[in-house]
Amino acid sequence: MSSATMTAPADKKSHSLALMAGILLVGLHVAIGLLTLVWLPYDPTAMAGGRLEGPSLLHWLGTDRLGRDLFTQMMIGSRIALIVGVGAVAIGAVIGVTLGLLAAFASKWLDDALAATLDILIAFPTLLIAMLVVAASDTANLWSAIVALGIALSAIVARLTRILAKRVLVMDYITAARTSGSSWPKIVAIHILPNIWPTLSVNFALQFGLAVIAEASLSYLGLGAPPPNASWGRILQEAQGTVYTAPLGAIAPGIALVSLAIGVNLLADGLRDAIDPTRRAR
Amino acid sequence: MTALLSLENLSVHAGSKPLVSNLSFSLNRGERLGLIGESGSGKSLTSLAATGLLPAGLSASGSAILAGKQVIGAPDRELNQLRGTAVAIIFQEPLTALDPLMRVGKQVAEPLARRAQRDGTPFSGTALDQAVLALLDEVALPDPQRIAKSYPHELSGGQRQRIAIAMALACKPDLLIADEPTTALDVTTQAEILSLLDRLVRTRNMALLFISHDLPVVANTVESVVVLRQGETVETGNVADVFGNPRHDYTKSLLAAARRLDDAMEGRA
Repeated sequence: MSSATMTAPADKKSHSLALMAGILLVGLHVAIGLLTLVWLPYDPTAMAGGRLEGPSLLHWLGTDRLGRDLFTQMMIGSRIALIVGVGAVAIGAVIGVTLGLLAAFASKWLDDALAATLDILIAFPTLLIAMLVVAASDTANLWSAIVALGIALSAIVARLTRILAKRVLVMDYITAARTSGSSWPKIVAIHILPNIWPTLSVNFALQFGLAVIAEASLSYLGLGAPPPNASWGRILQEAQGTVYTAPLGAIAPGIALVSLAIGVNLLADGLRDAIDPTRRAR
Repeated sequence: MTALLSLENLSVHAGSKPLVSNLSFSLNRGERLGLIGESGSGKSLTSLAATGLLPAGLSASGSAILAGKQVIGAPDRELNQLRGTAVAIIFQEPLTALDPLMRVGKQVAEPLARRAQRDGTPFSGTALDQAVLALLDEVALPDPQRIAKSYPHELSGGQRQRIAIAMALACKPDLLIADEPTTALDVTTQAEILSLLDRLVRTRNMALLFISHDLPVVANTVESVVVLRQGETVETGNVADVFGNPRHDYTKSLLAAARRLDDAMEGRA
């Protein structure tokens, strides 16, 4: 009893600390991303200094092998990472949740067929599916990469949604809602979605990180955002040849990627705890 | 006067395996019927079949006429009109019968608003809030204001079951099906919930279909009983007759078991 009362406030504090850290990290990237729309330190496509300069007051992260300011490119990278992450997860969520709910409600054979299809899709690495989708579209650009990643992620979302929805569907409160004359669309909206959302949202956060990293990989392979879109993956790719002389070109995108992915995960965890009454400190 | 619920040779099958066979009974407004038998005897399936809510994979045959409409084989859309007006169900486990992420006041408001809309007198906002509080008051919940803002996990088992009853009442049903409503509760709370149900059924003049395996509870709650065993009707009749003078061996063994338990509890065994 006393230990429970002792740990509850500490728990709550660490929860809100994690949420604060998440807000700060994601907020930083969002602020930088928005700033790039109106102001940049240097023209990202023009030579701003000598080649492969080290960090200085003029160029905080130095310059790349073409003499472009690295910090400017990193700022644009924030914007692109956010667009890719939000876009891919949004597309994956819409397709995946729809398919998952469909499977959960479908007749047995349709459900089995959908589940088998999803399992086969999941067996392929996300990146491979994304590469196939990009290759199938005419041009490789940022949007084709986002759509490709969204489609690739949707299989995981669909399977998760299906199993979560099935678990909620057998609960008595669904039967109770049915006996009180509630329609299926209404039950989905007020009972099923809210009850699967906490788990889904954490999964979306993981996928956000996954999408940003996958886009970096696509860019690295030349299938992502084409130049002059300075995505972190492209910066990484371009820094590859000079990693021993100018390691910052590889380190900076890595740190940026990790900080955004961690930030989104902390944010999602914190938000889930905030909306789930059974997880809030009692 | 036509019966509110009339089952005629109702059978429920899982594939070719019969789960309930040729069950017949009828229930009028104001009447109280007990459906008794051990677990797996088809009690709950009967109530689900009578409301057209059988899980996928199970099929019903025969006839189940609820408020003048044939339930067996009716499309879901028609049944939906029937549910929440003619009939409401209270479940065994009040924790799973409530949405864990929704404030209980809102959960009561949901069927209340729908019933009002179906009656052609939709209401919302303060009027709806007042109606919710009135219902919580009717099921004898203390401090309805506070309870309405609570989540299910913040309430006790008895309070949750009262919320579930309030949700059922919100539908203003003619027939209330109580599926082992007190099994998950401790004995004191059981007695309170039973007397609450008894009062509500009387004052609202509802029919009650009471499903239970607890014979003393059934004896105190209903007027007549149907005894089920593995889906077969074993014995039907007035509660006093069936319990006082059981004709079937199965009923006798059920009664003997209940008596042995009573004796053991009182230290006579």
